[in-house]
Amino acid sequence: MEVSVTVNGEVRTADVEPRTLLAHFLRDDLGLTGTNIGCDTSSCGACTVLVNGRSAKSCTMLAVQADGAEVTTIEGLAGENGLHPMQEAFHECHALQCGYCTPGMVMAAVSLVDEYSDLDADGVREGLEGNLCRCTGYQNIVKAVMAASE
Amino acid sequence: MTVTDTPFAGGIVGEARLRKEDPALLTGEAKFIDDLDLPGALWVACVRSPHAHARIDGVDTSGALAVDGVVAAYSGEDLADTWVAPLPCAWPVTDDMKNPSHFPVAQGKANYAGDIVAVVVATSRYAAADGLEGVVVDYEPLDAVVSVEDAESDRVVIHEDLGTNVSYEWPLIPDPEGVDAAFEAATHHITETYVHQRLIPAPMEPRGVAVVPAPHNGDMTLYSSTQIPHVLKVMAALTLGVPEQKLRVIAPSVGGGFGCKLNVYAEEILCMALAQRHGVPVRWTESRTEAAGSTIQGRAQRQTIELAADADGKLTAVRATLLADMGAYLQLVAPGVPLLGAFLYHGLYDVPLYAFTCKSVFTNLTPTDAYRGAGRPEATYAIERGMDALAVAVGVGADEIRSRNFIPTEKFPYDSPAGLVFDSGNYQPALDRAKELIGWDARMAEQAERRAAGSTTHLGLGISTYVEMCGLAPSRVLASLNYGAGGWESATVRILPTCKVQVVTGATPHGQGHETCWSMIVADRLGVDPDDVEVLHSDTAISPLGMDTYGSRSLSVGGTAIWMATEKVVEKAATIAAHMLEANPEDLELMGGVFSVKGSPDAEVPLAGVAFAAFTAHDLPDGVEPNLQAQVTWDPPNFTFPFGAHIAVVEIDEVTGAVDLVDYAACDDCGNQINPMIVEGQIQGGIVQGVAQALWEEAVYDEDGQCRSANLADYLVPSAAECIDMKLDHTVTPSPTNPMGVKGIGEAGTIASTPAVMNAVVDALRPLGVTGMAMPASPMTVRRAIEAAGGGAS
Amino acid sequence: MIPAAVGYVRADSAQAAVAALGEHGDEAKLLAGGQSLIPLMRLRLARPSMLVDVGRADDLRGISIDGDAVSIGALTSHSDLEHSADLVAACPLLAHVASQVGDPAVRHRGTLGGSLAHADPASDLPAAVLALGGTLVATGSGGSREIAATDFFTGFLESALAVDEVLTGVRVPVSTGGWSYQKFNRRAQDWAIVGVAVAEGGAGVSLVNMGSTPLRASAVEAAVAGGAGAADAAAVAVDGTEPPSDNNADPAYREHLVRVLTERALVAAGA
Repeated sequence: MEVSVTVNGEVRTADVEPRTLLAHFLRDDLGLTGTNIGCDTSSCGACTVLVNGRSAKSCTMLAVQADGAEVTTIEGLAGENGLHPMQEAFHECHALQCGYCTPGMVMAAVSLVDEYSDLDADGVREGLEGNLCRCTGYQNIVKAVMAASE
Repeated sequence: MTVTDTPFAGGIVGEARLRKEDPALLTGEAKFIDDLDLPGALWVACVRSPHAHARIDGVDTSGALAVDGVVAAYSGEDLADTWVAPLPCAWPVTDDMKNPSHFPVAQGKANYAGDIVAVVVATSRYAAADGLEGVVVDYEPLDAVVSVEDAESDRVVIHEDLGTNVSYEWPLIPDPEGVDAAFEAATHHITETYVHQRLIPAPMEPRGVAVVPAPHNGDMTLYSSTQIPHVLKVMAALTLGVPEQKLRVIAPSVGGGFGCKLNVYAEEILCMALAQRHGVPVRWTESRTEAAGSTIQGRAQRQTIELAADADGKLTAVRATLLADMGAYLQLVAPGVPLLGAFLYHGLYDVPLYAFTCKSVFTNLTPTDAYRGAGRPEATYAIERGMDALAVAVGVGADEIRSRNFIPTEKFPYDSPAGLVFDSGNYQPALDRAKELIGWDARMAEQAERRAAGSTTHLGLGISTYVEMCGLAPSRVLASLNYGAGGWESATVRILPTCKVQVVTGATPHGQGHETCWSMIVADRLGVDPDDVEVLHSDTAISPLGMDTYGSRSLSVGGTAIWMATEKVVEKAATIAAHMLEANPEDLELMGGVFSVKGSPDAEVPLAGVAFAAFTAHDLPDGVEPNLQAQVTWDPPNFTFPFGAHIAVVEIDEVTGAVDLVDYAACDDCGNQINPMIVEGQIQGGIVQGVAQALWEEAVYDEDGQCRSANLADYLVPSAAECIDMKLDHTVTPSPTNPMGVKGIGEAGTIASTPAVMNAVVDALRPLGVTGMAMPASPMTVRRAIEAAGGGAS
Repeated sequence: MIPAAVGYVRADSAQAAVAALGEHGDEAKLLAGGQSLIPLMRLRLARPSMLVDVGRADDLRGISIDGDAVSIGALTSHSDLEHSADLVAACPLLAHVASQVGDPAVRHRGTLGGSLAHADPASDLPAAVLALGGTLVATGSGGSREIAATDFFTGFLESALAVDEVLTGVRVPVSTGGWSYQKFNRRAQDWAIVGVAVAEGGAGVSLVNMGSTPLRASAVEAAVAGGAGAADAAAVAVDGTEPPSDNNADPAYREHLVRVLTERALVAAGA
């Protein structure tokens, strides 16, 4: 069936099977491969995007559910003036190594600092509970999110 | 450390320079294997045995062929003629090692849940997934061998043609009588048995393969989410009979490896064969749940360690005996993994006598192989847990027992009882610093107060001091261990006409920040901007020579090759510069990107001018070839021996058994640091991976050999919420083994942290009578141990 | 992993959903946030032939407080529950439990109705609604009916909803007395190994992951009503439970945990 999703500010329309995961729609139909897939169980958060401004796991969502929604992926985060402050903070704080979890982690962090005011480091840790990273040990991710939230 | 202590004069090495890898990864621009756009590619899905051990009485693929989009389906027998050789095991550790034939698709028998028994080829990933359900396999389930003890008994022999489940026995006992005598004479004889549970490596990027054939000229490009494109090229050529010169292997952006992408996998060879057969690109992407049966697992061994010590707790002998689980088949370097620890069961302690034996067995479980640290975490765990047991027996503190036994600094280079030469070391300062960071005395006082007050929330402190051997490896040593390849690394440094620089390396990064670090090494010497240095890697057409990335080798072996190639290029440039300045090359020095004549400050020529002159070749000295390029292959004369001290503090709720990591400090020594920011990142990530083994992670198998922790909901990779900030510092003891004085740091955190946490857990509960603890120290395991010791408030 | 092929129809109101369920029978499955259903479909443990997507049925969204009752539309997200100042004031237990579900991304998509209708004994929100003595509103072809939360959970992943019935709303009493939710797990994102919810100082007590359904701990409630202290009341927390076994806990350990957590919850709730 046809779905029409505003992705990174642009209306994108495609004919998809109802079972198509939003993540596969973004990756395979739209070529937006920055959104990664790391698990089958909604556990790792590598596929996190913003749906109507709030984090969502795009492999636990069907493309048809996003019909009419606004979706922001990692490709849509940097603006004309360069990286988004959260991306910049991840760079400055060495909050990524292999970078596979990074797009989802960044999107989750952007949503988190928007949703919760006055986050402390523990709040950041709790708020990122659904995004797994195997490389960094999280210390620098927490530092980056704290830096970007200030 | 002053600048004069280092071989680096350019002011770049040693800076916490931000990574050049980041922008592509932060924006989604980087291409991982599943991101590759391969028009017309067919998707492969693998039918995997649901049984750990079963005869295959028939495979019917007709149902798959009826599924929309499925273009082909094959059983093992359909593809039997495709393989020239079985999947490779490159480390036959003994001459009589038993190695079962292992083909990409099983025939006749499946030997673990995950063994591929058929394959479906379809026009989309969705159709391939649907096709799996159309394949009907007639299985006759057999008894599964799940434990190493059961395997050793040969109750069920998995590979009947081998006649036994024992693959090999590998002893290292330089002086058997001496060891026996030492144990007889010992005041303290500690015997401890530990189990290293199976772990799932779980890099965040699952594996993937894509193969692009050129049917008419015979070229083939294999893309794989691998740590080892160079090794893979040789092995794939041998396994499939593809002419090696026609094969190109590319590792695109790789999302972490931790050893599990150090292999030659069935799916790689299978996709090559299917691409050949179908004449179009073919690809496969692993799902996380599938990975429990498609990607190697780590650790999985039972170890017994015995310590002989005199009345003061001074060690006189160490004896370690392992029973290691290879899984159903021998993967690429699996038999050698215990050997990488075999030399280190005495840790960083001065011990005259040493004995090590490993027996490795087959089980009906996913094959094991190298996982972050590979052998060294196991060794460190055994000796460090054992040292705590010894401290209790002697009646001294965990810090004191270690200090009494450290190899004295004046003994370096140290001839180890296992036959290694530890090139350098200075252990006590690292322990002192770690104690300072954690606030040892205050924490001990806090523990005493809680105990006195009868608190049910117990505080435990655990020390782990370690030395490891990394920088794999001297080729001659590898030869003595029967390894099937060398341990060298190759580098080319090329100064382009515009004085930009290309570095070609055989090391293959997957998160380590090589591009940043290698640029810094070269830029520091050449006096150019690190951003003007491009590092080329992970493509055998661009970097034809390499031994890839594992075993904390990239800097000390690959980086050294880069350093030496840079020196070589500078030498050549100096010859040309000298010609331009009408001076002697020996009188020139290169500083800040300018060649000048020592003592004549006005006589100078910039490197850029030399590079352009080398390119135009209009006026080169006689016998000097145009262009500035040098290639070096470096074979290290020894391993490097990083060391350090880690201290964990845990809090345990004796009522529930819940363990909280509340503080962690580490002082590591990896010699000279190229980029301290990256060193710290490696240590932080490594520590958490080791803590995860202690507290959360386990590949759980039931008695039928079914994995009960196949996905990330059940396999407990920790999140930020479970982790804490760590307090890190370092000492600097340069390695004399390489000119930069560097050592590896990729595995150190993982090696050290597991025993630190487990020692802390046991320390916390000792007043309750608990003397041991299995990993992971889950709440239920901890509570059970408390109850078994007869304690525990309810 | 990839779900099996499935049909899809959108139902933008409760009535439309009822009609669609009636048309497609028991092979159809209602899709709300999808946070429980889609992972099961990906693992092909669930394979409905038709999805009835009620995600846009805006009449089923919202929180309203009328006197001593809180009415919540079934499609209200966990995140909306967590952040609703009205709910935090009127029924802090429910708002808090909502904040403990999964992770923020799951809470943005997941819905109260979806969580209850999924009837997972390991879920957090059923326990809160049980402890609060809530009432569920179901709409079917014959109109609406009310089901007490205690009657709603009938088996493992099974509820009292008929095949063509849609859970449209939940009512809980305003509850500002002493409350607590003790969720015990190994990772923050995980389901509870055992959880205990206490409302109104122990008048309502419920258990997570202690049987095939979310459970009300009636014996504990009775003990509290009878004047027992927290420790004595907690001692009977295992009554009527059939704790499951998994990697994290066997039944005996769950029984130990439920006593411990019940006591802690009762103490925290001021029982």
